[in-house]
Parts: sequence; structure tokens; C-alpha cells
Amino acid sequence: MSRYAVEVKTFRVLKWVTIAFFLFITVFPFYYMLMLSFTPISELLRNPWRIWPDLSTLTVDTYASVLRSRDEGGQGFAGFMRNSALVALVTVFITLLVSILGAYAVARLTFTGRRQVNALFLAVYLFPAIVLAIPLVILFSKIGLYQSLAGLMLVYVAQTVPVSIYMLRNYFETIPDSLEEAAALDGASRGQTLTKVVLPLAMPSIMSTALYVFMIAWNEFLFALLFLAAKPGLWTVSLGLSQLSNGIEVPKTILMAGSVLLTVPIIVLYGIAERALTEGLTAGADKG
Amino acid sequence: MTAPATSPAAARPPETTTPATRPGRSRRARAENRDGWLMVSPTVIVVLVVIVIPVLWNVLLAFQKLSFLQIRKASLAGPYTLSNIERVILAPGFWQSIGTTLIYSAGSTIGSIAVGLVAALALRDAFRGRAVVRALMLLPYVAPVVAVAFVWQMMLNTQYGVVNAMGTRLLGWDQPIDFLGREPYALMTVIAFEIWRYFPFAFMFIMARLIAVPREMDEAALIDGATPLQHFRHILFPQLLSVIALLSVMRFIMTFNKFDDVYLLTGGNAGTDIAAVRVYDYLTGRFDAGGAAAQALVLSLVMAVFLVIYIKFMANRTEEV
Repeated sequence: MSRYAVEVKTFRVLKWVTIAFFLFITVFPFYYMLMLSFTPISELLRNPWRIWPDLSTLTVDTYASVLRSRDEGGQGFAGFMRNSALVALVTVFITLLVSILGAYAVARLTFTGRRQVNALFLAVYLFPAIVLAIPLVILFSKIGLYQSLAGLMLVYVAQTVPVSIYMLRNYFETIPDSLEEAAALDGASRGQTLTKVVLPLAMPSIMSTALYVFMIAWNEFLFALLFLAAKPGLWTVSLGLSQLSNGIEVPKTILMAGSVLLTVPIIVLYGIAERALTEGLTAGADKG
Repeated sequence: MTAPATSPAAARPPETTTPATRPGRSRRARAENRDGWLMVSPTVIVVLVVIVIPVLWNVLLAFQKLSFLQIRKASLAGPYTLSNIERVILAPGFWQSIGTTLIYSAGSTIGSIAVGLVAALALRDAFRGRAVVRALMLLPYVAPVVAVAFVWQMMLNTQYGVVNAMGTRLLGWDQPIDFLGREPYALMTVIAFEIWRYFPFAFMFIMARLIAVPREMDEAALIDGATPLQHFRHILFPQLLSVIALLSVMRFIMTFNKFDDVYLLTGGNAGTDIAAVRVYDYLTGRFDAGGAAAQALVLSLVMAVFLVIYIKFMANRTEEV
């Protein structure tokens, strides 16, 4: 066989092996998490190599225990989920408000310093969170935002605004100028043009940006740990779960139930808007 | 309307620059300038207060003696000292930690891009169910880090983890391997975790670029009788170089400062004492806020040095080509 034929045949087989391998490594950990979350710890210790659930020993006690409030002897995850949802939703709202205005200005308006502003947003994306940690703790404890959900939201807004502006700006630039010019000729103000013409057209991009921001805010761990570790009533799910793992005598399968509760909202949202999210994040990457 | 055409008018006082024959245009430009600033100002303010000022402040803090318990008393007035920097650099394990951080960042960056590239190539040609496979491959990237770190801990546990159970049962390991608690396994494991979490990110970007490569180029290569490897080497890879270079910088910066992953998996033990975890330990373990700021500053400086080297290197290479 020629080199050509050998290579073509090999790669045809290799391709499917590769795809199967990738599917396995990406999906298996989530499957394992889900399975263990329904397994009593005694079963896991008895049978660690089993990768199929044993229907006779399945239990939902793990979930009951993790969701019940502390007073009722549980781990209080229902409360953590409320905190996380509040933080994530407020962050999404504020970030969208701020970044829609910013992205529109950067995409459409000519103003002094536009390029500098653009560069600032890019630089911010690259500033490491760990360098912000200490000054932010000090700054926020001086102005009363330390150990509060509001402080956490503010940090998340600042961390998500640059990428949000980037995603939205790319989309705004694909909307033809002529539509806005027509609206302006009809006597619409800049605000009216934005809300009546641009926003409805940009809805797909706004939704994917919202999803991105929600994901970051829901998943974030470092600042939740720094700001809220001493305030169990304010813990987010990520923080609550990590603190739970430090606790003695908490069965590991309960930890898995907590992990599932932390992961499911993200996977559901991602399932709804996966396509829009990837396209939003990689817009511009295809230009080479 | 392009930027160069209008910005001079906006930058200078309109009375002196705009010819009297075109007053309408100048008023429009001024209004646009004002609206533009009004609209970006919320972003600029948030970014200045929460990011730019803290980054600069961290530089000052690195030269102040400050305990975490008295952080409210921090003031810009000083006194300033070099003792934090000295203490941090002379601390046992400092240089080793910088080395570990470098291995961790370089390994994770190179690994995640290489794996992401393989995944993108495997998924390049359409097949039934490709959209689903593609969506599933991004799961490690979108899932919460705390949850996936704990699943890895469970899978790798020495007593009841599935990996060790399989290894001892099927692969004939003499005893379970303590993947997260022993050198050098722990560092290899956190790098593997990082590759697993971020190859989807590289995959996503490389895939976007790959799809944009014109199909005519493939056909031309096919007619010339190029084998798949030649095709990749001479046609696809050059097209992907720019996105790979960009990903390298982005991933390196991100991983170099990363805290969550290692903190959650190993707590910085067993040879995984990366610099970001040291910052946290200075702050919460020793209540040494000044030391933590100094460690963070040193971390940024080391990263900056490597970035400059990288950019120089890349610039030289593109000149040669």
C-alpha cells in the first residue's frame, strides 16, 4: 500500500477512536458524580469498582441531608442555592446594563479615547484575580462591602464586563448601520434607536452574554472564599460545598449530591444556549 | 463614518477647528463624543474602582507592614519597607514554588492546546451527531470548578476511587496510587486536571478557525495527492498558527495566576505549592497581608518577564518566516 492509502486508512480509524475517547473523558466524571450522589457511602466502600448503579441500594437520602437546613441537621444547601441564584442574577442584570451601553458606544460612536478604553477592557481581562484579592479585601472592609453579597456582586460585575463588552460589540458591529440611520432620520433619539432597533436585533447575543455572566458568577470560588468564609449564612453553593468537604464526618457521597446541585443549573442553561455561547465567545477567532 | 475622519474634530475645541460652513457636523460630533463617554462611563468606573486601583494599590501594600487582622487600619501614608519582599523571597520553598508554578502553567497550557487541537481535527468533518459531541466536549469547561475538583478527588481516592479500584483489579497495580497526596504524582495530576478543564476552551477557538479555512484549499491538496499528515502540516497548521499563539498567551497568563484548581485538589501540598496558593496562605494562614501582597507582586513580575520573553521570541520567529 502507498503511504497515502496507509495514512488515510489509519486516520479514518483513529478519528473514531479519538472521538470515543474524548466523549468518555468528558462525560464519565459527570456520570460518576451523578451515580455516587444516589449511592449510600457504605455501598461505595464495599464496591468501589462498580460503575453501574445498583438499583436495589439507590437512595435520595443524600439529597435530603444536603438540602435540609442546618437547624434540621442538614447542610443548608437550599439556602446556599438561594444566595448563589441571587448573586448570579443580580450580576447578570447589572453587567448587561453596563456592558450594553459600553459595547454600543465602542462599536458605534466616535469619541475621544475610544481606543484607550478598548485597550483598558482588554488589559482588565488579563489582570489576575489573585493580585486583586488583598487590596479588594482591604478596600471593601473600609467601605463596608466586605463579607456582603453586594461586594461579591460588584467584583463579579467588574470581572465579567470586559468579555461581555467584547461579545456584544462583535455582534453590534454585524448589525447594518443603515437600520440605525433610518431610525435617526425618522427622528428617533440615540436612546430610542438603541432600545427599539438595536436591542431586539441583538437579542441572541444578549442571551449568550447573559449565560456567560451567569456561569462565571454561579461558579466563582476565590472571592466567595475570601469575602464570605466567616459568614455561613451568606455562603454560595461553591463555597458551601468546599467548606462541607473540610467538615469531619460528612460522607463523601453527600458531597457528590452537593456537587450535582451545584452543576445541574449550569448544565441546564448551557444545554439551552450552547450554540449561542460558543459562537459569542469565539466571534472574531475565525478571522485568523 | 470612520474614526480618523471625525476624531480630530472631536478632540479639539470646535470653535477653532471647524469651518463655519459645517456647523451641523461639529455639533453632531460633539454630541457623539458626549454620548460615547456617558455610555462607557459606568464600565470605566467599575473597572477603575474594582480592578485598576486595586492592582496599583497592591504594589504599595507589598511595601507596607500589615497584618490581616488590622486591615482596616491600612493607609497610603506608609511607612514603607522592603521587609515583605525580603521575607517572601527568602522564605523556604520560594524558588521551588516559582519553578512549580512554571511547570504547572507551561504543562497545562501546552497540554490543553495540544489536546484541544486533536479534538478539533477529529471533529472537523461533519458527521451525524457532531453537534451533540461538540456540546458535550465543552462540559469540563463550563462546569463549576468546585464540583469537578471533588469528582476528581473521588475518582482518584486511594480507598474507594474508581481509578485505583480499576488499576489494582485490572491493571495489576501492587497498591493504590495516592494521586493527589504524593510527589511527583500530585503535580502531574493537577496538570492533567487543568488540561482536562481547559482543552475545551482551546478546542472551541481552534474549531472556529478551522471551520473558516476555505474548502478549496483542501481540494487543491487532495488533487496534489497530499497525505493527511502532509495536509495538516502544510495546509491546516499554518492557518491555525495565529489562534494557537493567541491561546498560548491567554492560557499561560490565566494558569500562572490560577488559585482555585490546585487549592481545591491538593491544597498546595505534595509538591504543588504554586505561587497563587502561597499568596492565600500568607493572608489567611499567617495573617500577613503585606507578605501576601508582596508574593502577589513577585508573581506578577515573574509572569511579566516570561511574557516579554515569549513575545520577543514570537516576533523574531515571524521575522524569520
